[in-house]
Amino acid sequence: MSDHRAERLLGAAAVAVVLTIVAMVAFIAIEAWPSFQHNGLAWFGSGGDVDEQLGDMVNAGADPSPAAYHLRAWPLIYATVLTTGLAVLIGVVVAVLAAIFVVELAPPALRAVVVPVVRLLAAVPSVIYGLVGILVLVPFVNDHVIEESQRQSVAYVVPLTGPGLLVSVVILTLMITPIMIALIADALTAVPRGWREGALALGVTRWRAVMSVSVRAIRPAIVAAAVLASARALGEAIMLSMVSGSKGFSPQPWDGIIFLFEPLRPLAATIAEQAEGIQAPALRSSVYAMALLLLLSALALSVGGSIIRRSMRLGAAR
Amino acid sequence: MSTVDARSGPTRPPGRGRRERLLGELRLWRPLDLLGLAAAWFVGLLLCAIAAALVLYMGYRGVQYLSLDLLISRPEPSPDQSQSGGILDPILGTLLIIAIGTVIAVPIAVGAALWIVEYGRPRWLARVVESAIEVIAGAPSIAIAIFGLAFFQMDFMAWASFAADGGGGVFGRSFIAAGSVMSLIALPSIFAATREALQSVPGHVREASYALGKTRWATIRRVLLPTVRPDIATGTALGMGRIAGDTAIIVLLLGATLQLQSGSDVPGLGVLQGTGSTLTSYVYNNSPSGEGNAPEKAYAAAFVLMVLIVGLNLLVAWIGRRRAGSELPR
Repeated sequence: MSDHRAERLLGAAAVAVVLTIVAMVAFIAIEAWPSFQHNGLAWFGSGGDVDEQLGDMVNAGADPSPAAYHLRAWPLIYATVLTTGLAVLIGVVVAVLAAIFVVELAPPALRAVVVPVVRLLAAVPSVIYGLVGILVLVPFVNDHVIEESQRQSVAYVVPLTGPGLLVSVVILTLMITPIMIALIADALTAVPRGWREGALALGVTRWRAVMSVSVRAIRPAIVAAAVLASARALGEAIMLSMVSGSKGFSPQPWDGIIFLFEPLRPLAATIAEQAEGIQAPALRSSVYAMALLLLLSALALSVGGSIIRRSMRLGAAR
Repeated sequence: MSTVDARSGPTRPPGRGRRERLLGELRLWRPLDLLGLAAAWFVGLLLCAIAAALVLYMGYRGVQYLSLDLLISRPEPSPDQSQSGGILDPILGTLLIIAIGTVIAVPIAVGAALWIVEYGRPRWLARVVESAIEVIAGAPSIAIAIFGLAFFQMDFMAWASFAADGGGGVFGRSFIAAGSVMSLIALPSIFAATREALQSVPGHVREASYALGKTRWATIRRVLLPTVRPDIATGTALGMGRIAGDTAIIVLLLGATLQLQSGSDVPGLGVLQGTGSTLTSYVYNNSPSGEGNAPEKAYAAAFVLMVLIVGLNLLVAWIGRRRAGSELPR
């Protein structure tokens, strides 16, 4: 093969990737348009029961009236933000501590165990996390954590059966922490030895040296890790559809501890569950609208995260 | 002279002295710092405990419910999934999806990586390609899946699945559809591994090849590709793991029939056009949240899946170690 043709061929592979992405955004946006068109900005607002609205769309059949597109997606958006936000908040703390443990504290023998463990936790498929969640954690929460009086107190609004915010956030945290640990540990390893030794020479304890020099130096990496992890958490569909309780309900923080047990259903899980009835045009458009929202926010987050990471690399070189 | 020597160091064994020094130092630490130290140790050990519990529990359930009979018999449609049939078809489905996804992803990812590192002109296009792959890596798989559904339901893609009689539209769910969308999931890890390996090949290796009168393409084929082959293998194994573990794309794009069902009468191609299930969708559908509700089967399938994933990860580690051994003579 001539050199020139080889360049064309390899270039074509690269361009095909770009075209796929463009096609992806375009396809989803075109399919999503009717839903946004009929609802306007109220699409993002609250009002009524989301599950009922989605059910009506299926019943509206192949030729829906404009009224059938009615959708107020706030409970789903709120559920996405809530699960992602809580999981990332807990996950950042856990990941920073774990990364310090791996890089600075663990004896070499223990490090040789922890590193593969983190890699294993990152590799376990989400459906296995979901299975363990629904068959082990959910029954446990239902039997031993939720009290009968708590169940009674909200029984007229929503049944508490175990799946809900608590289990979702716990498993989601476990799923996104390994990625954050990897990124933060990389950054910690890259902190020049001399910086920490300088602090130690000034008479600071080892922990203080790590916290005040290393962790401070890698703050952008921590932010980047959190941002990339939240992009991952946003898109988690299968595990959340298994353990979230699958109900278009907004958990109320002022319910106190019951808040943690209330069921919900994030956007991604909604897409996975509603994909069956996608032949109904109204539902189809609504599902694609949710996918567009997810895709664009995940893209914004991952682009933002990699910009932060890149700017940090420049800063470290100086 | 002798009094000073006697008091400091040499009589003590060095290991014990170090531990005592550490304990002495810890006594001077502030409570908050001690708390942080304890928390870091706790988190590190907790992660190990969780992983161990997960592996042991899945292993226990797997041994409990898995039997050879289950592995080699086909699933049967019946009202009570826990009593009938095996998981042969989901296993075949997983292998088939991995094969299709990898066959599509490897040439595109390696080609794109070669183009970026070896040619990469115009610059702006190279940058666009790089960020496009970053975008794929960051996109939720459910969004990729639903894009695939829209794409394969178009009329001219009817060959990839099958169309309902009488203009009911294209079904859009088949092994071809799921496998080719899965290739997007595997692409970023293959691309990243290949690109990093190519970038770490020293420039003088290429120059030596050019000096012998080889063209760029010959250099790529005869020098660069053989050099980076282990890295391509690593990236591919990682990508296979991601394909095997992804559920969202399978749930949306494989039609979720228990058995492999041909989409047409053509032998071979018919299976690719048809629907089926993989281990992930089998677990999903047989969990209490799915229609099947047969936890025993779900555990057995999840155990097989876990073994597959752990095996792929061990493969990655093994390639990495072999490489580290043969790192020098490059």
